[in-house]
Amino acid sequence: MRAVRLTVTAAATVAALTAITACTAKSDAKDGDAIQVTAADSKCDTSAKSTPAGQVTLQIENKGSRATEVEILFPDDRIVSEKENIGPGTKYTLTAEVKAGSYEIACRPGMKGHGVRQKLTVTGGSAAERNPKLDKAVADYRQYAQDQADETLPRVETFAKAVKDGDLEAAKKAYATSRIGWERTEPVAESFGDIDPKVDTRADGLEQGQKWTGWHRLEKALWEDKKIGDEEKTLADQLVTDLKDWQQRVGKAEITPTSMANGAKELLDEVATGKVTGEEDRYSHTDLVDFKANVEGAQKAYELLKPVASTNDAALTTELDKQFAALNTLLDKYRTDPAQYDFVSYDKVTKDQRKELSDNVNALAEPLSKLAAAVVK
Amino acid sequence: MTETQGTASPSRRALIGWGGAGLALGAAAAGGAVAMTRTGNDVDPAGSATGVAVDFHGAHQAGIATPVQDRLHFAAFDVKTDDRAEFVQMLKDWTEAARRMTAGRAVGDGAFGGLAEAPPDDTGEAVGLKPSRLTLTIGFGPSFFEKFGLAGRRPEALVDLPRFPGENMDTSRTGGDLCIQACSDDPQVAVHAIRNLARIGFGKVAVRWSQLGFGKTSSTTPDAQTPRNLMGFKDGTRNIAGTETDRLKKFVWVGEGDGTDWMTGGSYLVARRIRMNIETWDRTSLQEQEDVFGRDKGEGAPVGKAKEHDEPFLKAMKPDAHVRLAHPDSNGGITILRRGYSFTDGTDGLGRLDAGLFFLAYQRDVRKGFIPLQRKLSASDALNEYIQHVGSAVFAIPPGVRDKDDWWGRTLLTEEA
Repeated sequence: MRAVRLTVTAAATVAALTAITACTAKSDAKDGDAIQVTAADSKCDTSAKSTPAGQVTLQIENKGSRATEVEILFPDDRIVSEKENIGPGTKYTLTAEVKAGSYEIACRPGMKGHGVRQKLTVTGGSAAERNPKLDKAVADYRQYAQDQADETLPRVETFAKAVKDGDLEAAKKAYATSRIGWERTEPVAESFGDIDPKVDTRADGLEQGQKWTGWHRLEKALWEDKKIGDEEKTLADQLVTDLKDWQQRVGKAEITPTSMANGAKELLDEVATGKVTGEEDRYSHTDLVDFKANVEGAQKAYELLKPVASTNDAALTTELDKQFAALNTLLDKYRTDPAQYDFVSYDKVTKDQRKELSDNVNALAEPLSKLAAAVVK
Repeated sequence: MTETQGTASPSRRALIGWGGAGLALGAAAAGGAVAMTRTGNDVDPAGSATGVAVDFHGAHQAGIATPVQDRLHFAAFDVKTDDRAEFVQMLKDWTEAARRMTAGRAVGDGAFGGLAEAPPDDTGEAVGLKPSRLTLTIGFGPSFFEKFGLAGRRPEALVDLPRFPGENMDTSRTGGDLCIQACSDDPQVAVHAIRNLARIGFGKVAVRWSQLGFGKTSSTTPDAQTPRNLMGFKDGTRNIAGTETDRLKKFVWVGEGDGTDWMTGGSYLVARRIRMNIETWDRTSLQEQEDVFGRDKGEGAPVGKAKEHDEPFLKAMKPDAHVRLAHPDSNGGITILRRGYSFTDGTDGLGRLDAGLFFLAYQRDVRKGFIPLQRKLSASDALNEYIQHVGSAVFAIPPGVRDKDDWWGRTLLTEEA
C-alpha cells in the first residue's frame, strides 16, 4: 500500500492569547523524551541514540543555510516519518509511532541525496503494545493478498496465451477475470511502486517517455484496434513476468492495521475516480468487474479488522455492514449469476444508474474513511 | 425573529487556548485577538467588524428576510435512506453543523490537529475566514412527502408547479426532496457549508443538483443600492424589505390557520434557473431594452418618472412590459419576496455564455404567489424573447430553529407533533 508511513502527528506551532483564554500547559507532552535534532549543512546531531518504543518525538532545528528534510528511516530506507522543507533557522516537531528496532535519522540538506545519518535504536516493546487480534488481522490479510496473487497468475497466463495464439475472442473473454485478484488487493501491489505502472497504467496515466505496457495496453489492442500483432504478444509475456514479480513480493509487503484500513478506503477511492466514471476499462467496458473486485478487497480488509473496530466503534461497524450489503445488492443487479463475474457492459449503464452507483459508493466510502481511526484508538 | 445582523462577531474560532503554555503573541491584529487552536477549527487573524455572523436561531429561518448576501450556493438533495430515525439523526447533525458554520466555526472537531489516522471532521477551506453573514436555509420538496409515511402532512400549498409555456426543463436541474440555500458574502464560506452538509449526508441523502450564484440581483434592504441583473437593469426595486414586518407577515410567512400547523412561521420557496440569452439581449437597442422592462436603464425609474423609487404609472408602460405585468397592482396585490442571484456556468458549447438568473422567491402560498404571476408572465412578458426557464423546484421552508436544542424539520418529523 502507499501508506507505508506510520502515524505522524505534526504538532503545529501553537499560540494562545492570554488576555482571553486561560493558558494551560500541554497535558500529554513528554518533552523530556524528545530527541533534539540539530541539522546543518553538513551535520545532523542527535541528542540520543536510543529511545523507548512508542511515540518518538524529534525536536528539529535547522541551523544550516539551506532548507532541509529530516526523516526516520527503516534499515532498508523505507520512510517511517518525515518532514520536508524545514527552512534555515526554523524549528519543527516531528512525532511518529515507532516500533522497537534499528532505525536511522537522516538530515538531507537541500532536501536531496543520502544526507547525514545517525543511528537510532528503538528499545523494548512496552510502549508498542501488540494487540493479538490486530496481529492476526494483518497475518490473515497478508495471506489473502498472497492467495489473490497465486490465483491471478494462472488466469493471467490463460489471458496471455490467448493473446499469443492470436485468438481475439478468447483473449477478450479472459481479460476481465485476469484482473480480479489484482483489483482486490491493489493498494498492496501499489506499495511496491514499480509494478503498478508496468501492469495497470491507462493511456492518460503515461508519463513522458514511458512505454505503455500492461493490461490496458492490451485492452486497447483487443477492443479498439481489434488486432493482435507481435508487439502485443511480447507485451502479454511481459505482463506475466511483471505479475510473477508481484506474486514473489506480496509476502514481504509492509502491512499494518492502519494500512489495511486505509487500503480499504483507497479501493473505494479507485471505484469513485476510475470505475464509476468508466475510465478504467474504457475500451472493454468491463469496469463493473473491477468495481466488484475493489469492493470485495475492501470488504475483506474490513472484515478482518472488524473484531477490533466493532469494540472501539460499534456504530461504525453497524453502518459499514449495512453499506457493504447495500452496495453488493446493487451490484448484483448488474449480473445474472452472483457466482459469476459476468457483469453488464458499462457502456450500457445509464447516467442515472451511474449516479445511483456513485451515491452508494459515497455512502460506503464516507464511513469507511473512519475505519483506520476505529482500529487504532 | 430578528434578522440579526451585527451581533458581535465571534469570528471563525472558539476562544479556547490550547497548548502554547502561555505563549502570548499579544493582540497583534487590529482590534482582534489572535488565537490558534490545535483542533484547527478556529483561526481568525483579524476579528474585525465586517463579515459578522447572522443568528441561526429564531421564529423564522434566516436567509429569507435577512439582508441579501453577495453570494449563493444552492443544493437540492434526494433522500437515499428509508430509515426515518436515521434521517432525523442526520437532520440533527446538519442542524448542529449549520449552527457552528453560521457562527463562523468549523464542523465537529475541526479541520486539523485531530487523530492522524482519521479524516478531519471539517474540510478546512473556511478556516481563517469570517462568518461572512452565512445563512443556511432548509426546505422540503413535494417528493419528500412520498417518504417516511408523511403523505398526510404535505401542505396543500406545496403544489407541484404546472408546466408554463416556453419553459424547457432540464430534469438534471429540476426537483429534489430537500434543499439547502447557503448565502454568504464570501463564496468559499457558502461552498464550504454545502460541501460539509453533503458530506455529513452521504448514505442518507445525495446531491441531486447544485447552483452557484455570484451576484445578488435583489435586495431586502431598500436603503442600499438596488443590485442589477445580468441584463444590466436594477432588479427588485419594490421587493419586500426585511424590516417590513407587516408585508412579511402578509405575503411571506405561513400564518396560524393557514392549514398546516407545522409550517407556521415557515414559507414556500420557488427556485427557477432562468437562462438569459444575453448575447441577443446585448444587441437590442436601448429603447427596446427599456420598453421590455418598463424602467430606464440608468436610474431604474419607471416610465415617465424621474427616480427609481417613484410610484410606477403602469399604463404608461407597454402592455407587455415586465414591470407592468409583474407589478402587484396588475395582479390583485400579489407580492413575493425575491432573493435571486446571477449565474454563469461556463458556456453552452455554441460560443455563448450559459448565464442567467437563479430566481429564488419566497411566499406564503405558491398558489397565490408564483403560479398566478408566472402564468401571466409566461403568456405575455416581452422579456420571454430573451429568457428561458430551464430548471425548477419548489420547497416547503419550515419555521426557524428556536434554540440550541431545536433542529431543522422538528415540527414536521417529531413523532408527537
